[in-house]
Amino acid sequence: MKLSELVEKLALDVKTFKDGLQIEIKGAYVSDLLSDVMANAGKCDIWITLQTHLNIVAVASMKGLAGIIIVGNRPVQEEVLKKAEEEKIAILTTPKPAFEVAGKIYQMLK
Amino acid sequence: MALNISGAIEGSFQLIGGNFATAGEASTQLKLKLTNLGVHEDIIRRAAIATFEAEMNVIIYAAAGRLHYYITQQSIKIRVEDMGPGIEDISLAMQEGYSTAPEWVREMGWGAGMGLPNMKKNSDKFSIDSVVGEGTTVEMVINFS
Ligand SMILES: Nc1ncnc2c1ncn2[C@@H]1O[C@H](COP(=O)(O)OP(=O)(O)OP(=O)(O)O)[C@@H](O)[C@H]1O
Ligand SMILES: [Mg+2]
Repeated sequence: MKLSELVEKLALDVKTFKDGLQIEIKGAYVSDLLSDVMANAGKCDIWITLQTHLNIVAVASMKGLAGIIIVGNRPVQEEVLKKAEEEKIAILTTPKPAFEVAGKIYQMLK
Repeated sequence: MALNISGAIEGSFQLIGGNFATAGEASTQLKLKLTNLGVHEDIIRRAAIATFEAEMNVIIYAAAGRLHYYITQQSIKIRVEDMGPGIEDISLAMQEGYSTAPEWVREMGWGAGMGLPNMKKNSDKFSIDSVVGEGTTVEMVINFS
């Protein structure tokens, strides 16, 4: 499934790297612990988290993730968005909680 | 696959404790270098993860440090030395889930106690040496084949 399809179905707000929406998502990983994501997320997974600080961009880039969905209506600072744009990482936001986002994606990827 | 380079390529990056804003820069640079050398992407990812975790530990726990890399045809060796508090019980620190990260660092999502195990898992050779009150040195080798 393409990231763009996910954006449409979940009505995600695309904050950065619009060109990245053509990427094919392999799976998803839900975690707010960065070293857990480094250990267990897969390449081209979409990462669901409530973390919003700068280091999430480096984690996504190091792991080759498909993008980051920031849940729960958390505001993302401009410097984080700027960094994500530079590193070509798609940041998507939603007011929905992680459980709902993960549940919907699970159904879609199954 | 062995790389088509003669001799070795080496260099280093300075790391500054508490500098979360530039965390990952050394790993990103190294990743770029390996990409340009034509290293396989799975190997690059392992090197990037191991380097980033090592970099983060210096930023979280130490005052300053240096990351040194040494690339040959066969492998990349990464040595990260810091001037920090050192580690009293290394085997405890190596246990998954053990962390002394302060609350504000945990709020950022670090402090799962998985960094050192991640470094070890992603390296072909891993060693750690530490002197309390002086600092810590981590050495990792990742083979290209
Ligand atoms: N360079 C270092 N200097 C001093 N102490 C360290 C250093 N690296 C690791 N430690 C100690 O070892 C513990 C475990 O480190 P490790 O990287 O595995 O986990 P963490 O940093 O606590 O959490 P995570 O890496 O999952 O975010 C740390 O909490 C800290 O007490
Ligand atoms: Mg760590």
